[in-house]
Order: sequence, then structure tokens, then C-alpha cells
Amino acid sequence: MDPLILSRIQFAANISFHILFPSITIALGWVLLFFKWRYNATRDYAWMHAYFTWVKVFALSFAMGVVSGVTMSFQFGTNWPGYMETVGNIAGPLLAYEVLTAFFLEAVFLGIMLFGFRRVSNRVHTLATFLVAFGTTLSAFWIIALNSWMQTPAGFEMRDGVAFATDWWAIVFNPSMPYRLIHMLLASGLTVAFLIAGLSALRYLAGDRSESMWKALRTGTGIAAVLIPLQIFAGDQHGLNTLEHQPAKVAAMEANWETGPNVPLVLFAWPDEAARANRFEIAIPNGASLILKHDADGVVPGLNDYIGEHPPVLPVFWGFRIMVGTGLLMLAVSWAAAFFLYRRHNLPKPLALLMVPMAFSGWVATLAGWYVTEIGRQPWLVAGVLKTADAIGPVPGGHVAFTLAVYLLLYLALLITYIGVLVHLALKAAKEGDPEPAPAVENRALSQPVGR
Amino acid sequence: MTLDWPTLLPLIFAGLMGVAILVYVILDGFDLGIGILFAAAGEDDKDTMINAIGPFWDANETWLVLAVGLLLVAFPAAHGVILTALYLPAFLLLVGLILRGVAFDFRAKVPVHRKGRWNALFLIGSATASLAQGYMLGVYVLGLDTSWAAMAFGVLTAICLAAAYAAMGAAWLIYKTEGALQKKAVLWLRGALVFTVVGMAAVSLATPFASARIFDRWFVWPEMLYLSPLPILSALLFLYLWRQTFHLPRPGDEGALLPFLTLALIFVLGFCGLAWSFYPFVVPDRLTIWQAAAAPESLGIILVGTVFVLPILIGASFYVYAVFGGKATDLTYD
Repeated sequence: MDPLILSRIQFAANISFHILFPSITIALGWVLLFFKWRYNATRDYAWMHAYFTWVKVFALSFAMGVVSGVTMSFQFGTNWPGYMETVGNIAGPLLAYEVLTAFFLEAVFLGIMLFGFRRVSNRVHTLATFLVAFGTTLSAFWIIALNSWMQTPAGFEMRDGVAFATDWWAIVFNPSMPYRLIHMLLASGLTVAFLIAGLSALRYLAGDRSESMWKALRTGTGIAAVLIPLQIFAGDQHGLNTLEHQPAKVAAMEANWETGPNVPLVLFAWPDEAARANRFEIAIPNGASLILKHDADGVVPGLNDYIGEHPPVLPVFWGFRIMVGTGLLMLAVSWAAAFFLYRRHNLPKPLALLMVPMAFSGWVATLAGWYVTEIGRQPWLVAGVLKTADAIGPVPGGHVAFTLAVYLLLYLALLITYIGVLVHLALKAAKEGDPEPAPAVENRALSQPVGR
Repeated sequence: MTLDWPTLLPLIFAGLMGVAILVYVILDGFDLGIGILFAAAGEDDKDTMINAIGPFWDANETWLVLAVGLLLVAFPAAHGVILTALYLPAFLLLVGLILRGVAFDFRAKVPVHRKGRWNALFLIGSATASLAQGYMLGVYVLGLDTSWAAMAFGVLTAICLAAAYAAMGAAWLIYKTEGALQKKAVLWLRGALVFTVVGMAAVSLATPFASARIFDRWFVWPEMLYLSPLPILSALLFLYLWRQTFHLPRPGDEGALLPFLTLALIFVLGFCGLAWSFYPFVVPDRLTIWQAAAAPESLGIILVGTVFVLPILIGASFYVYAVFGGKATDLTYD
């Protein structure tokens, strides 16, 4: 068995599984801070109740993110030793800063955020929540910087086949980094917004009319409705940036074979790489030229300019369509829900039913988007510097096949359990309703002995 | 040896990595140990045992990420060699850590009738991770040898490291619990200590015979003299700890933290012995820290951040341990 393709599937499975959880924790930290801030401002205990409900989801997602993240840092060495040997001088410091500044910030203050409400002052608890939210975002900053550098490398020179840093500012803020960072942070915001709205809709359908359910439902829907147009704009800008720096990726996203003007926007097709043509194509004339160049006569790059150097077309093309399609559905659902919740102060049952599966729409769009950008980077691991095939280690294919099989089973089981627990927590919260009567929330002093 | 940055930086990073590994082994050692002790614990004890580590384990495990991260970023060549040679045990370590990490949360959040299953997975995950680490240690000590003898030795170190972690876990429970569970923990500590002593002795005896270079360092005058305090002190500390187990718990819970501190000190001594044997190699007898190191410019920029962040981090960690100080109580979110 070919260790290269097996290692690629294994790493893809690992990062796909991993990204599900950071995409929740990055934004959920800030939403929790929002709940905490509303509680501090209004002393309305329903906000704190919403906080306690969602901090459990944060704890669970954080644990899933940590364990799958540790796996990744090992896989660099076990499967891809060529990566660090070639670009370790660049990737090393970025990863080190991620662990030092961000990961530790999260991990150290997480304990206080989760279990410390009655052990520290309210102010310190709010501060811990802020530090954890800030830490997860900083974490994303460093990882996105590294990933973007692999897409659009800058600020380095090659000596004897090894990359050496020449300009750290150019490395961190490489051409695609700001676009990818904003796109990912908004994606995280949307993932969390739909998760909160969807699970709150589930509570609503289960008969829960508690104050904390309404607060969470409105918060989730409101954030979704505000962020989705921003995301569509940011995604468009990111696409134009990709066109400038990675034209072959855009050609694959549009399944456009020949470079030229008046390129149609392909809505549906089955790209056939052997025939180098699209089958079953449905297209809008001039559409791609208009979107990418804002001009019907605009010249759009085609795949035939990059024969042997462009990514596989089919997954990039369809990944992009799944992402955009999910985004448009998110726009429709969030605006409809916002209209009913904020104008009519109710939620029609069919809409609530639709919102429940949409709880995981952020995952679908985020994964599809990452597949577009990561498969779209192939055959390069670091664009123009290191090919994926040249980074593979000496481990035999049989070993990789075995570990891959176990990882896949484990991830699948954990994913099912995770979703099951989220639904269980939502239904449990629905059954309990608002705490009655609202408990006193004076915190105990820090150094008080805590005997049983 | 000239004292310029290209010479000093790999040395500094080897030191930092050593500290990260040592801190990890001590801190996550007691987390994993408590997981292993689930095998002996009664159902009523399990919640309390989890409460004794709940607020800390995330940060404790992050020290492993830092240690592997430092190996990855400071010694990229060694990272590849070590981890491809240890592919399957590293995989088992990861599966163990995944199961252990998620079981922490799942056991508290799933419907009550499924809690038992996650308690079992917490035990399996902790045991697997500990055994894998011990196996990796054994094979590494023998220079990443893949013979049957090396694998057998790896199995021995695996069992002994798991026992040492169980001892750490028991010592932590003596500090964090009271009553019947604390008394049980004293007995667990005594049982685990026997295996710990065997393990440390085995590693100490095998290390010099794995390599002529290390043999010279251990048994040739005068280098022998520098090493001699380590085994003597370790033996004395083991005896001291063994005696303690017959007097604990003391009235007023005096000295409840002492077994943990003694064990931690033994770990530090054992680690110093390993470091003394292997220096200056990061892959035994193959790659020195200078041969495996990343470019000095890159190491320099990491060092700047480390110097600022590490003291803050250590301070914050002490604060968190203080906030959740005293005997373990029920952990609640609200």
C-alpha cells in the first residue's frame, strides 16, 4: 500500500476532525464573554444560566480540540519529516508562538473559567473568560499565519534546499494571511451562531420557553444574521486574492479549462480530468468573468495553462459549490429567523425545525472551504517550495494503513458521541428550564478552605 | 567550546526541552496515574479522584505539546528520526491521550447509564498512554533499537513507568483527598512504589550497557564520581518515602504533600541521570543537539518569546493551583 496516499488521507482525516472543534471554541469564547458581560451589566441571572449551559459545550469542544491537536503535532514527525526538515526554520517559530502564547493561555485559565465561578471574584472569572477567548483567537492567528505562508510563501530564502527566514513581518503577514484569517474568524462566528440557534431551536421544539433559551436563541440568530453578509463579502475578497496569487486554484474552483475572456459561471458540472472538459455543464454566460474581473470581457485563467501543476479539479470545484450553497442557505435561514424573532417575537415551527439540522451548517461550510483551499494547494505542500510527495517519511504503508483505520473508527465514534452529548445537554436544559429560584451568586473568597 | 549563539542556542533549547519533558512527566504523571488507579478504585471514589485533577489536566497535557513542539521546532531533524522510529508506540500514546482527554468530559456529560463506559475508557486511555510513554523511553534509551531484546526491555520500562505514574497519582490523592479514599491511596502508593524501584533500577542498569560511550561515562574515574550522588540520593529518598507510607495519614493531615514532593524529586534525579548519560546527543549516538538544531536566527526568535512568556505561565499555573487548593470538592460549572 502506498504510504503517501495513506498518510495524506490520515492527515486530512486528522485536520478535518480537528478543525471542527477550534471552529467552535474560537467564537464560543467570545459569545461566553458576551453572556458574562450582559450578566455583569444587568444582573439578570438568565444570562449566567445561558453561560453555564454553553460553557459545558466549550469544555467538551476544547478537550476534543486539544486531543486532536496533539495528534497533529506528532504526525508532522511520524508521517511528514520532510516538512520540518525543509521549512522548519519558518514553521517552527510560528508553531512555538502558538503553543507559548495562545495554547497555554487557554489551558491555564480554562480551569478557572469552567469551575472557578464560586472560587474567585466575579471580576477574575470574567477576566479568565476573556483570556481564554483571547487565547483561542491568538491560537488561530498563528496557525492561519503558518497555513497562509504555505499557500503564499514570502520573507524567506532557500539555501541548500532549506528555507531560512529573512523578514518575519513578511512571513507572518504574507499576501493571503489577512484574508484567510478574517474568513476563518467569521466562519467560526457563524458556526457557533448556528450551533447556538439550532440547539436553542431544539429546546424550543421540546417545549422549553425559559428565559435563558430565548436569550441564547436571539443571540445565536442575531450573530448569524449580522455575520453572514460580512462573510459573503470577505469570501469574495479572499477569492480575488487567490486569483492574484494562486490562479490554478481559482481555475479549479471554476472548472475553467481554457484561459480567455467571457468565461461562463459553471453552476453544475462533472469535471473530467482525463478528457480535460466538463460533462453535464449548466452555466451562466460571462458569469465567471463578471465575478472575478467585474467585466464580461475579463480574462480568467484556465487549467490548461498549468498541466501537471494544478490541483485535482473535481473535489475543489464541488467543495467550493458546497461552501457557497451552504452560505446562501445560512443567509436565508438566519434572516428569516431574525425577522420573526425580532419583529414578530415568535418562531414558526417549520422554521425552528429547519434550524435544528442547520446547527451543524457551519461545520459543513468550514470543512468544504478548507477542502477547497488545501486540495487547491496540491501538488504543493508549500507552494513553489516543497511538493507533498517529497515530505513523506520512511514508515511502511502497512503501518499507516493500520493507524489510519483505527483513527477513522475513533474519530467517527467520537463525533457521534459528541453530537449525541450536545443534543442530550440541550434536551436536559429544556427539561430543567430556568433555575428556580435564582440562586444567590455571591462568590466565595479566594483563600477560603474548601472542606467537604 | 566557543560561547557564541550558534553554540549556545541549541544548548539552551535542549535545556528548555528537558524542563518541559520533566514538568510534563511530573504533572501529567499524576493525572495519568489517577486514571490507572481507576482500576482499583470503587465507584464512589471516582468522582472525587476526577475532581482532584479536573481543573489542571488541560494545562498539564499542554506541557507535552510544548516538549514535542520544542523537539519539532528546535531539533527538526531529530523529531523526524525519533517519531518515525517510534511510529506505532507514538500512535498508541495518541490514541490513549485522545481517549483519556475526551473521557474526562464525556463521563460527566453523557446520560448517567453510560457513565460506566466512559470511566472504563478513562482507565484504558490513561493506561495506554502511560505504557506507550514507558515503551518509548525504553526503546529510546537503547538507541531506538528494534531487536526483540529491545522490545522486551521496552515492555519492562512500560510497566514500570505506568507504575511510577500510579505512584504519583496515589501521592497526589493523599494530598487532595481525605478519609477512606486517602487511606486507600496510601496502600496504592506502597504497591506502586515496588514497581517504580524495579523500573528505575532496570533503566539505570541497562543504560550503560546500551552504549560504550555511556558505559565510560558511568564507570570510569573521575566521571563516576559526579554521577554517584544520583543513585545514592534516589535510594535514600525511596527509603524515606517507603517509611512515610506506614505513618500516613498523620493527625491534622500533616505532611500530606510530602510523598508527592519526594516522588517528584526522585523523578528529577532520574531525569538528571538520563540527561547526563545522553548529552550531547538528542538521538542516542547518532545526532548531537548541534547537528539536529534549527537555524540560529529561528531559535533566537523563539527564545525571545519564551523568555517573556514562560515566567508568566509558571506564575499563572501556581495561581490556578492556589485557586483550586485544599482538598478536592465537587466541581461544578455554576
